Amino acid sequence: MTTVDDRSVAEAEIGRDRRRKEDARLITGRTRWTDNITLTGMVHLAMVRSPFAHARVTGIDTAAAKQSAGVVAVLTGPELGEEMGVLINAWPITPDQVTPVHTPMAVDRVAFAGEIVAVVAARSAAEARDAAELVDVDYEELPAAVDLKEAAAATPENGGALAHPDLGTNKSALWIFDSAEAGTGSDVEEAIARARTDGVVIEREFRQQRLIPAFMEPRSTVVDPTGEQLTVWSATQIPHVLRFAMAATLGIPESKLRVIAPDVGGGFGGKLQLTPEEWLTVALARRLGKPVKYTETRSESLMSAHHGRDQWQKLTLSATKDGTVTGLKVELLADLGAYVAIVGGGVPVLGAFMFNAIYKFPAYHFACQTVLTNKTWTDAYRGAGRPEATFGIERMMDELAAELGVDPLEVREKNWIKHEEFPFTTVAGLEYDSGHYEAATERAKELFEYDDLRSEQRRRRESGDPVQLGIGVSTFTEMCGLAPSRVLGSLDYGAGGWESAQVRMLATGTVEVVTGASAHGQGHETAFSQIVADRLGVPFEDVEVLHGDTQVAPKGLDTYGSRSLVVGGEALVKASDKVIEKAKPVAAHLLEASVEDLEFRAGTFSVRGTEAGISIQDVAGAVFAAHNLPDGMEPSLDSDATYDPVNFSYPHGTHLCAVEVDTETGQVRMRKYVACDDVGTIINPLIVSGQVHGGLVQGIAQALWEEAVFDESGTLVSGSFVDYLLPTAADTISFDLDHTVTPSLTNSLGTKGVGEAGTIASTPAVVNAVVDALRPLGVEDVTMPCTPQRVWQAIHGAGSGGSTPGAAMPHFESGGAAGNQEQPGASSTEGAGQ
Amino acid sequence: MTRIKLTVDGMAVSDDVEPRTLLVHYLREQLGKTGTVVGCDTSNCGACTVHLDGQSVKSCNVLAVQADGGEITTIEGLADTVPDRADGQLHPVQEAFRECHGLQCGYCTPGMIMASVDLLNRNPHPTEQEIREGLEGNLCRCTGYHNIVRAVQYAAEGEQP
Repeated sequence: MTTVDDRSVAEAEIGRDRRRKEDARLITGRTRWTDNITLTGMVHLAMVRSPFAHARVTGIDTAAAKQSAGVVAVLTGPELGEEMGVLINAWPITPDQVTPVHTPMAVDRVAFAGEIVAVVAARSAAEARDAAELVDVDYEELPAAVDLKEAAAATPENGGALAHPDLGTNKSALWIFDSAEAGTGSDVEEAIARARTDGVVIEREFRQQRLIPAFMEPRSTVVDPTGEQLTVWSATQIPHVLRFAMAATLGIPESKLRVIAPDVGGGFGGKLQLTPEEWLTVALARRLGKPVKYTETRSESLMSAHHGRDQWQKLTLSATKDGTVTGLKVELLADLGAYVAIVGGGVPVLGAFMFNAIYKFPAYHFACQTVLTNKTWTDAYRGAGRPEATFGIERMMDELAAELGVDPLEVREKNWIKHEEFPFTTVAGLEYDSGHYEAATERAKELFEYDDLRSEQRRRRESGDPVQLGIGVSTFTEMCGLAPSRVLGSLDYGAGGWESAQVRMLATGTVEVVTGASAHGQGHETAFSQIVADRLGVPFEDVEVLHGDTQVAPKGLDTYGSRSLVVGGEALVKASDKVIEKAKPVAAHLLEASVEDLEFRAGTFSVRGTEAGISIQDVAGAVFAAHNLPDGMEPSLDSDATYDPVNFSYPHGTHLCAVEVDTETGQVRMRKYVACDDVGTIINPLIVSGQVHGGLVQGIAQALWEEAVFDESGTLVSGSFVDYLLPTAADTISFDLDHTVTPSLTNSLGTKGVGEAGTIASTPAVVNAVVDALRPLGVEDVTMPCTPQRVWQAIHGAGSGGSTPGAAMPHFESGGAAGNQEQPGASSTEGAGQ
Repeated sequence: MTRIKLTVDGMAVSDDVEPRTLLVHYLREQLGKTGTVVGCDTSNCGACTVHLDGQSVKSCNVLAVQADGGEITTIEGLADTVPDRADGQLHPVQEAFRECHGLQCGYCTPGMIMASVDLLNRNPHPTEQEIREGLEGNLCRCTGYHNIVRAVQYAAEGEQP
């Protein structure tokens, strides 16, 4: 048997802070972004987009555009017709989900501002844009469904605006999980009723504002139809899924399609999409018989690439008087935008498994109503469902602590799963394999100097300091490593969750590793090289990781949901082990020994008790020559593996945040942020810390700065980087990170995934800190983003700070809030009570 | 069309450009200097930052004709500006970004490095706050800026005697 596990720590690649292989190109400008690709004879596209959120297209005059210099073609939806194909939703969350047909270009009606109505092809991108200005479109405006709650309540009878009038409703699907029905817990209504008479009931409604992923590289697609295969380069996270979907919807045999994701400049879920622009670029390339390129502008990206989050969360938590939680009821309204995107309603449904978080709720009910509106479509954004859930529960745990008058960490500890209770089956039906919440919290408190900061907070409160200190807590977990195929099947997702890998020993001893995961900035080439170098005992530098091209990596399910390492990494391990198993009889043959007497260690097969040995590279050379192999052996060590995870992985951590809130101006200043994450075994600590830093800032940005704002007519008013507030270096601080490690028990490396952890954990930590600073002033919530204006208004008694000026969505009023899945005013429940 | 003559990464070039052509489009599309990238259309992101006559500029905010007679350095030629450069040697700021993991997807990186070089030229020993404010014109979505700040500090320390 192979004995790779007992290699000495000193030579291990796993755990080493290797500098990234990727960087040599990226820091010198030697890059292959899709927009860098130029092919001979290539034409460029520009899109004509609707300025109206909802309108009938009554006429399009393209004559002037066609006469413009350099124009090759101008095409409209009706002209392209079936040639443009259709965009699909891969996850209908209920059998009766209402799903509007989504053509890449509008045919006779536009359903959001930014939808494409015509496409111009010209010799240069500038000429295409010039001509796009000349396309004259006549619109007849229709009432737009903009506000989420109003859209949910609209019916043909009450005259509310419908996003798609032909569907007769804006309600797409209602997805329910109930622990009593599922047999995973008791009845939540009973628990709440019990707590109303003899316990604590906390009721809150939170707003998850709409966010824009805002990856730095604008999306771009190049299609070359001049070969036998149609070659598509795209700035995508999902080349394999894209190939499958194009074959399924464009009438192109899958074998005639090659999809390449070259260097991809960030995604964060925003490039986990099948886009109208990709479909139209393919359609134009096929029609014109010429290579075609489309690169969006930033403004187009903000307006038409999918958005994230956008929920109303109505939460009811019941507990006994001593603070032991007894039930959690979650009612969500989730805004899909104008169409159901590839994951679509599946995003909030992922949150269904995470609202109970690390706590031992005996009863749980989750209901999510997805709603169509005339706004940009929504889909995955870093964390996808889990940040929303984590925000909801972590805010509620702070509210419970405040109600009981105890420290927020104390109420959490009272309810969380103790380390000796793992494996633990949750009320949502998941089995958490490992974790140690006590250890992570202890370490975080220590780094944070928690008690000192609490003392300072007390002093400032007592002295009436105009700048108050707030301390926010978030003890999060998440589900990563998407996903066991059987689970996805049971949720009606349209694909599996396996990942594929291939390991090829080359004749000269170097190794090619092929992965179906598709990197877009994470550092897969480095981390995967470390895994294979360790496993095969070859130098790190000798491992080449290939990915992101369906011709090179024919099988894969790509990168999202913190799956690359947890699922893709395990596939690499299994493929590497197969190489070792194949090499072993060759080594035995060459060493004239018995296979049973061989051991494999640090890249060398040796005969136990002797000096005799042969390296795996020499075995590879011998197999290449094939002069002297065991009888009947195939001359190849190449191996592949496809790994289907048996469970999700469950990273967790304790994040502590201190903010200073100027009560005179409403300004929030970050003072200190500590994150102690348990992401299982760490392959490369440098890459892990980078993932956490970046994730933290995205989550903090949701708490403090970012919001996609629409006006009442459905126009995105935060439609450029002037208006959509991405944080800069000057807005952020340096972070204090540490890790505790409880290896995952469901994969051989013990990894849990880290790509989304920072984003999931940080948003509630920050908002909890802001609210904590202001609680003595009677504030119990501040709506995100916690802008100075909102904080100031919250201090001055305007509930949670009111809505963004010009925002279409009124934020919830303080006090009683209507049940969000009913019509406004149909019912109301009281605030926190005992 | 207007004739312009300039030096880009040490190479003398002379081209006809439309007067409206932005410097970044001239660099990318006419010269093939695709190391410099476009990240936005409102001059917020700084991904296209290059040096014009030794000072950092956002090349989406400069017309190609304005660069006439000038000397441009892009990320592709930055290492060549190191005096007595050994073969394959990087500019210290490039090296610092690699060493400190100051990049992930790498899209903002050319601009971020060019801006950092200019920052250090003007202020060789900046405080953390000066670095953060000095890079305010460059957006990064991956790193949370933590390691970018470390990289600039690392480069600054390297230059100390």
